[in-house]
Amino acid sequence: MTSTTLAMQGNRQPVAELPSTRGDVQRLRALLERGLPLTSRPWQTLAEQCGMSEAEVLALVEHWQADGLIKRLGLVVKHRPLGIRANAMVVWDVPDDQVAALGRRLAAESAVTLCYRRPRRLPEWPYNLFCMIHGTRRPRVLSELDAIVARQGLEQVPHRVLFSTRAYRQHGARYLGE
Amino acid sequence: MPRLAHQLDALDRRLIDGYQRDLPVCERPYAAMAETLGLAESELLERLQRLQHLGVLSRVGPVFDHAKAGASLLAAVAVPEDEREAYAELINLAPGVNHNYAREHDYNLWFVMTAPDEQQLERRLDHLEETLGRPLLRLPMLEGFHIDLGFPIPWDELEDA
Repeated sequence: MTSTTLAMQGNRQPVAELPSTRGDVQRLRALLERGLPLTSRPWQTLAEQCGMSEAEVLALVEHWQADGLIKRLGLVVKHRPLGIRANAMVVWDVPDDQVAALGRRLAAESAVTLCYRRPRRLPEWPYNLFCMIHGTRRPRVLSELDAIVARQGLEQVPHRVLFSTRAYRQHGARYLGE
Repeated sequence: MPRLAHQLDALDRRLIDGYQRDLPVCERPYAAMAETLGLAESELLERLQRLQHLGVLSRVGPVFDHAKAGASLLAAVAVPEDEREAYAELINLAPGVNHNYAREHDYNLWFVMTAPDEQQLERRLDHLEETLGRPLLRLPMLEGFHIDLGFPIPWDELEDA
């Protein structure tokens, strides 16, 4: 069983061991998936909802940031309503021994917003590297892609561009909240 | 489609640009942000509420690491184009679906399913596959090279879009 160790932080809670499966910790996680309340003391609001102290909640959040469970804390913007509607998923069929290196190079391209390696599913699906390019309009996204292909020398690497035409749902992941 | 970007003033933009990450972790984070931007805390909260109403702000929140927070998987399914809406609705009814897009390909519906753990994820996918009556292409993430949608908003491009 995993446990979360809270270090002594200033005048906050003393060192405590909170199992990550404990009910109130789970509840806090589920609430956080919905976002931070827009109240003057949002952590206190959350703390009250899960029967913890504000200091405990703050210490847990700092711990989760440090160990990477929380990878970003801030405003989560919806791009589509803002007008960033051209969303291209570019899929590549890269030799297995080159996929990691190419993934890192694509990830470093400023136009690339997401980049992952996924398994092929032959014969239907030969592509093993995915990247996303978000932009306001298709021609701009496609010219970004052309520039990347040229810069990275990918003319011979089979790839497809799958633009999204409709979002039926788009919200943050709720691992625990449903 | 209304030009939402035009309804956001310079302060809204600074707020978004400055706080897609590194929200201060303290008792009164909005007061700390307001001070940096030269606003009262109440004004900042009103702005955030307005951005949420406008549909620009999904939430103020943590974004959890996929792999550490639970189980998730990208899946695709090929359905007849003229029945796409109905299939998309069935997918949205399944538990744990947080993204669901139509894309231009034979595999024309793409969605992300999440669950507390791998076993439940598998069960949810099997069940949905049965409901849809079509095979799902299951594409788990094997390695993430860059996973962060907190990219800078291209305000200039939105102005002349």
